[in-house]
This record gives sequence, C-alpha cells and structure tokens, in this order.
Amino acid sequence: MTGGSASFTSASAVEIAALIGAGEASAVEVTQAHLDRIESEDGALHAFLRVDTDGALSAAQAVDDRRAAGEPLGPLAGVPLALKDVVVTKGLETTSGSRILVGWIPPYDATITTRIKAAGIVILGKTNMDEFAMGSSTENSGFGPSHNPWDLDRIPGGSSGGSSAAVAGCLAPLGIGTDTGGSIRQPAAVTGLVGHKPTYGGVSRYGLIAFSSSLDQAGPFGRTVLDTALLHEAIAGHDPADSTSIPMPVPAVVAAACEGAGGDLSGLRIGVVRELGGQGFTDGYEPGVLSSVAAAIDVLAGLGAEIVEVSCPHFGYALAAYYLIAPSEASSNLARFDAVRYGLRVGDDGVRGLDEVMALTRQAGFGAEVKRRIMIGTYALSSGYYEAYYGQAQKVRTLISRDFAAAFESADVLVSPSTPTVAFPLGARTDDPLAMYAADLCTLPASLAGTPAISVPSGLSEGLPVGLQIMAPALADDRCYRVAAAVESALDSDRGHPLLHELPSRS
Amino acid sequence: MAGRPSTLEELSLHDRHCMTAISRDDVAHLAHLARLAVTEQELDLFAGQLDVILASVAHVADVAADDIPPTTHAVPLTNITRPDVIGPSLHPQDVLAAAPAAEGGRFRVPRILNEPA
Repeated sequence: MTGGSASFTSASAVEIAALIGAGEASAVEVTQAHLDRIESEDGALHAFLRVDTDGALSAAQAVDDRRAAGEPLGPLAGVPLALKDVVVTKGLETTSGSRILVGWIPPYDATITTRIKAAGIVILGKTNMDEFAMGSSTENSGFGPSHNPWDLDRIPGGSSGGSSAAVAGCLAPLGIGTDTGGSIRQPAAVTGLVGHKPTYGGVSRYGLIAFSSSLDQAGPFGRTVLDTALLHEAIAGHDPADSTSIPMPVPAVVAAACEGAGGDLSGLRIGVVRELGGQGFTDGYEPGVLSSVAAAIDVLAGLGAEIVEVSCPHFGYALAAYYLIAPSEASSNLARFDAVRYGLRVGDDGVRGLDEVMALTRQAGFGAEVKRRIMIGTYALSSGYYEAYYGQAQKVRTLISRDFAAAFESADVLVSPSTPTVAFPLGARTDDPLAMYAADLCTLPASLAGTPAISVPSGLSEGLPVGLQIMAPALADDRCYRVAAAVESALDSDRGHPLLHELPSRS
Repeated sequence: MAGRPSTLEELSLHDRHCMTAISRDDVAHLAHLARLAVTEQELDLFAGQLDVILASVAHVADVAADDIPPTTHAVPLTNITRPDVIGPSLHPQDVLAAAPAAEGGRFRVPRILNEPA
C-alpha cells in the first residue's frame, strides 16, 4: 500500500488502522479521502442523508493527536464509518429516515455512538434508511432511495441500505445497521458485504429510535469478515442503560474470524434448513441464488464440515408472525411522535385541539408504509382480535424458537440463502407490500428467536451478489464469524480476489 | 403443524378472512385510533392493502398452538434492578430546544380540553 486517496478508500479497516498505527498515514488524510469520495460518488448512490465533515475531521485529528502523544490506539482508531440514521448522535441531526423528525438534534448519544467514538472510529455521517427501519429497499425513506453500487437502478437492500451502499461503494470501510427482520443481513447480501445481526441483547439498544423493541438489534457491516468482527467487538457488551442488554462477556468474534480464515472446519456440523430454499420449498427463490448458496455449502464440506439437512417446520409461519408482532410493537413505539416533545407539529393554529394536531402531524410526517404498519398493529392489538392475531403470533414465535433448539441438537450452525433473490430493480415492489415483505423470508426466523446470524457473500448470480446466511444459537455469535471467515477465505482464494473487486464502479 | 384451524376462535378468524374485506370505514376507524388523519384517496388505497396484508398474516391461525406458551421476548426477562445512584440528566434547555413549541421552560401543547382556549 503506497498511500493516495484511492487506495485509502479501497483498503480494509484493518489495513487502514495499520497504516495509521504505523504513522504511514494520518487519520485526517484517510478521513479526507473518504469525504472526497463521498463528494464525487454520493450524488449517484445517495447513501448519506448528511455528511458531518467538521465532526469527522475533528474526530480524525483527535486520533492523530493521541498517536502523536504516544497514547495507545484501539484496533480501529482513525477508521471511518457510516452510521445508520436510526442511531442518535448528540448535536447531529437524526431522522430515522422520517420527515416527522426533520431538524431534530438529539441532546444525547446512543450507547453505540459513545462506543464508536471511544474506539477512535470516525463517524463520516448518517446514512439513509427505510423510514423507522420499515422496509427492505430504502424506498420507504422520507428522503428518496439509495442505489446499489453494483447497479444504480437496483435497490441496495433495506432498511440499512444507506450503510450497505456506502460500504460497498467504498464511501466508508465500515457501517452500522440495525436488523429487526433482516435489515442488516439482506442489504449485506445484495451489495456483496458481510453483515451480522448479533444475539438479541448483545448490543445496546439505548439511543436507537425504536421500531419493534423485542426484535431490534444493531450490528456491523464490513467488506471483510475480520473488519466486521472488529466493529462488532467495538460496539457490543452489556449496557446498564438498556435493561434487555445481556450481562455476559462479548463472544470472541475476532478470534473466531481469525480461526475460521485458517480454513479447517473438521468436526463442525452444518445444518441446511430444508424450509429455506430446500427441496419442496423453492417458491420465490431464484435458481441462481440457490445454486450459489449450494456451491458455498460444497466449499464448507470441502473444508471438513459435516453437512446435514435439518427441518424447521414452523419457519414457514415466520413471515406471518413477524408482520403481526413488528407492526404491533411499532404502533405502540411510534405513539411517541405526538407533536409535543420533538419533531414536526402541523395545524397548531390555536383553535385545533391536541388530538387533531397530532393526527395532522402524523399524516404529514409519516410515509405510507409506516401508516400501514401502525394501522395493522392497531388492528392486531385491538380487543377482540388480540388473541387471534398478536397472541397467536407470539405462540408461533415460541414454536420457531423450539425448531431452532431441535435443529441445533444435530448441527452447530444452520445455513440458508440470506434473501431469496438478488437485488431487485428500484420500483419493482413498491406497490405490493407483500412482495416487499418476501425479501425477509430467510432472515425472519433468527429475528424472532433472537439468535445471531451473519450474511457473507457466496458469489454472483446474473452479475449481482448473493449472500449465504449462517445462523448460530444465542450467544454463539463467534460460530457465525468462524464459518463466514472460512467461506470468505476459501472463495477469495478460488477466485483469486475478493468478490467486491468485481464491482464495476470500484476505484 | 396443522393444516386446518383447530379451535372455534381460529375457525372464526379463518372464516372472517375468507369472506370479509377491510372496508373504508374500518380504515377510518383504525386511523382514528392511531391518531392518523387520512385523505379520501388514502382510505381507498389502504383498505385494499390492509385487506391483503391481514389475509396473509392470518396464516398464523393455521398453526395448532393452543397449549403453546407465548414468547414476548427472545431473552427471558425478569425485573432488572440497580442501586439508586444519581447519574447525569439532560438539561431542560437542551430538551426543550428540540420541542416544536416551548414556553416558560415547559412544552407548549395545543388545547387538550373540549373548549376553545
């Protein structure tokens, strides 16, 4: 690596941190290179809702100052990051992709924001997303969609599609997403990235704008498994400010990524989930996705893993259960947007009462998908329907967790496609909510069970990236990283280069 | 996994979704409960869409789960307690700065009673 802005923006987080640590590059130079690339490329990608040029440069300067003073630097000090706009940032506008929060300047930092800053990671800005994280394409953003760097006419996935577009497009080496039903794994899959949903409670939710509190979980995006693992360790761990945060040590995901890259999986049992694209369950799956994933599973077998088929009969009900549970929780969480404490207020003319102002504000501030989900949730929670809808969905959730428990008796990890198709064209599903929801088919079971799952590139289909999903039991996030690193290392070696090197616009 | 509804409750749910559609009036009622103003066009659009979505999610009734306990949360939760230690709080000025309207160090709200101000 000889420096120069193009090599900074194509370098991995590990490489960037090494250059800065060795004094071969300054954090300010690296940050400026990324800001320049955002300036030249983000007009087409629309990954960022806002770029914090001053904040990024001063955070980078602080890293350079600490290094000059001889202070020890963390493993990601000076590495730039794209932060999903669902994460609150003190003094920096935060909208969660919604017009109802335009102009809101949070008075506090989320715990993960605090941890990112403490690690010396440089926040470049806030990334686009489906409004309140409800969607699989960023087309539900109140500020227009983001575009997939592999094909600008296609979706970058969602809801964390701004972060996936930024990292795949080399606007940042690292990104933060949140995953409620697949919003890290699906965008990672369709942009050729690594994206991990941690065990529920593994990363603090304090300061995430809530969508569905029993499902929401923040996690890392990277261009390599090791980069992703390093970011995971930087943000994870118990937080007393989040009562659902798990008071346990963070799984050793960096060590697992290093071990997996060694390529020996002998003794590991990998369960292929029949109901997620297996025989008799291929409806809605593209053949190119299934064959790419099957080839990756063959690679795992070649590394010594034992491949078994497992059946999880209730996974077929995950979509229905999720689209009752998540909207129900959302209808309650989004009641906070009441035109009183923050955000928009419409129609406050001194004559209208609070109820009417609230209704007019929510009409003006929320987009169509948010309104649909609030109404579905309101319906599912109303008396007379509660048991049949919400109550029944919660029982299905139990059965899905039991399916996982049974499957993990015969396998150490489970695998499936991350999403049934490659990136679809922008606009293809916006008029059909159910078609949009189908993008979450493979990711929802782990969301409902609270178990960790990662998406790692398995290859291309029709010139577009495909993701392999690896699921593990609760708190065994390290297994996801170990297997993902093994796949990545073997496929990169067969191909002669990382998949992202085939991205047409790469520079 | 059961292919058919197995209780009266599930049966009625199943039947309702085979026969009944979400009407514009239903949407208007839900929107009112959720404090959402809706336009005439939105009533038409949402009535059709909510009907399709609800018919699809009603599929949960196909699972025989009478004796299955519900899961509210992926991680079993008990009450979380901690020592009552004074920590930093947000400054009222910082909080009110984000409010759509503030007056006299408080949030200013529209009229909340049924008479004009």
